Amino acid sequence: MRLFKRQNNVLPGFGLTLGFTIFYLSVIVLIPLSALVFRTSGLTWGEFVTTVTAPRVLASYKVTFGSAMIAALINSVFGVLVAWVLVRYRFPGRRIVDALVDLPFALPTAVAGITLATIYSPNGWVGRFLEPHGIKVAFTPVGIVLAMTFIGLPFVVRTVQPVIEEIEIELEEAASCLGANRWQTLQLVIFPMLLPSILTGFALSFARAVGEYGSIIFIAGNMPMVSEITPLLIITKLEQFDYRGATAIACVMLLTSFSMLLVINLLQKWSRRYAD
Amino acid sequence: MGIEIENIHKQFGAFSALGDVSLSIPSGELVALLGPSGCGKTTLLRIIAGLETPDSGRILFNGEDTTRSHVRERRVGFVFQHYALFRHMTVFDNVAFGLNVRPRQTRPSKEEISEKVMKLLRLVQLENMASRYPSQLSGGQRQRIALARALAVEPQVLLLDEPFGALDAQVRAELRRWLRRLHDEIHVTSVFVTHDQEEALEVADRIVVMNRGKIEQAGTPDEVYEQPATAFVLNFLGNVNLFHGRKSQRQTQQGGQPADANVSGGVDDTQAVAYVRSHDIEIERSRQDATALKAEIRHIQKLGPAVRVTLAIEESGEFLEAELTRDVYQNLGLQQGEQVFVRPRQVRVFVEDYQI
Repeated sequence: MRLFKRQNNVLPGFGLTLGFTIFYLSVIVLIPLSALVFRTSGLTWGEFVTTVTAPRVLASYKVTFGSAMIAALINSVFGVLVAWVLVRYRFPGRRIVDALVDLPFALPTAVAGITLATIYSPNGWVGRFLEPHGIKVAFTPVGIVLAMTFIGLPFVVRTVQPVIEEIEIELEEAASCLGANRWQTLQLVIFPMLLPSILTGFALSFARAVGEYGSIIFIAGNMPMVSEITPLLIITKLEQFDYRGATAIACVMLLTSFSMLLVINLLQKWSRRYAD
Repeated sequence: MGIEIENIHKQFGAFSALGDVSLSIPSGELVALLGPSGCGKTTLLRIIAGLETPDSGRILFNGEDTTRSHVRERRVGFVFQHYALFRHMTVFDNVAFGLNVRPRQTRPSKEEISEKVMKLLRLVQLENMASRYPSQLSGGQRQRIALARALAVEPQVLLLDEPFGALDAQVRAELRRWLRRLHDEIHVTSVFVTHDQEEALEVADRIVVMNRGKIEQAGTPDEVYEQPATAFVLNFLGNVNLFHGRKSQRQTQQGGQPADANVSGGVDDTQAVAYVRSHDIEIERSRQDATALKAEIRHIQKLGPAVRVTLAIEESGEFLEAELTRDVYQNLGLQQGEQVFVRPRQVRVFVEDYQI
């Protein structure tokens, strides 16, 4: 029996491309992830729960997901601003600013971490001005947010930018003909059109921040219960040859990230319900 | 609400979009700005709306200078060629937009807004589409919603920028008849931009023909069609044939035969061009009088109710296009390659200043 009824379609190769897609995703994504789950299954349910709910582990979830959330929110606000400026205004050096946005993509994360830690340390370029006001960035949870914001910025800018480019100027003209002021136009016309792309950018930035390791360990200080991120905890467990414990925590991260991305995708779908 | 346009200039870089344009639009009329693309008609419309500011000159609404007032305060309804509907809003919310953004003191209550929106949707015959999104409507329906949205704020002036330009021929014809009926119902002063002479002749009370940033002629459809002020107007409104010749003693020498002509301008013996509309050319089997010219039928094209005959004049070798009704064509029984006589019924002569 055929799984799908053969239909005449102008786009050929549905079977072939779907087959390849599934194969490819299996090799690249699914098999490594299921190995992770398989490795964890060596633990009993009781051991699993004890491992993943240990106070130090719970604290690290809070630090990781909380900081990633804050960083993604910051990026959503300022990333949209950067995208807006890059699209709407012409100024000298615009191309350079545009290229700068991608830098966090290209820079090795360890380099970023060391640089940020140096600049924001109490005697660094920026840190020395913050220190007298009692603001500590390096080696605190604030530093984690900073590093996550740094590496997540391009995701929001690059997803929102093309959408802003596509907004027709007539829509804004129509709104002002109808009596809307600039703020109302922004709030009622432009923002709803950007929302789906902002959500996508948020999700990408968030996911990237949750998985970030290299830059954060240099700036975080890595104090257990305070500024220790979950990926670091996993590395620590691996170094102690506690492979099952490491995979157990990794599984929890995986599930949490997956369900959050799913929720964001659903939100995104809802925000563009008008398009079908 | 009458509009006065006084000495408007507008320059885009080195390109002069409008050069000293003055025009008076009486209250309650439906006026067409007609011209080829790049003639400045859209720029003029956008200046009236306040979406563009003129370099010099004034715009007066009911005698009141609005040149410097913001588009928000002008109370104009603007309909865009590509609809510019808010695609994330339902049809209802699109139409209600102009009422919802009013400051709280002047904003109608939710019930009043709802009542008004439904009334407008009935007016544009789309009341059962209120909860749809623009992407679920056809082009003609979208344009009607755009019109309802513009009317919701009770504009003093309705401005339409090539409102039917993006629609297919049949919907376009239907929608322009509908617009005419709608205007007869609501009588709001309206200006619409078009490059389609047929559309302007059918819909407008008055036609303003524009070319190269200037107004060539303004008048009723009959006036601009029957008494074109310039060669450009004559040429733009309908198909014409050209005869080159010298103009003297109120006559145009054409192929050795003098033809009666209503000459404009008093300069004698200058290079002039005679224009004859293709439906003003008569084809005869035998020579009736001296004005008839011998010609050979080169091509016959049947266009629905009309038949277009391409002829070559024997003496000068110039080509002519004549448009006949199907009846006349059948009675004459014309065949390709035949020798016939052509006689222009009405000839207009303009001193040569305009090149096609």
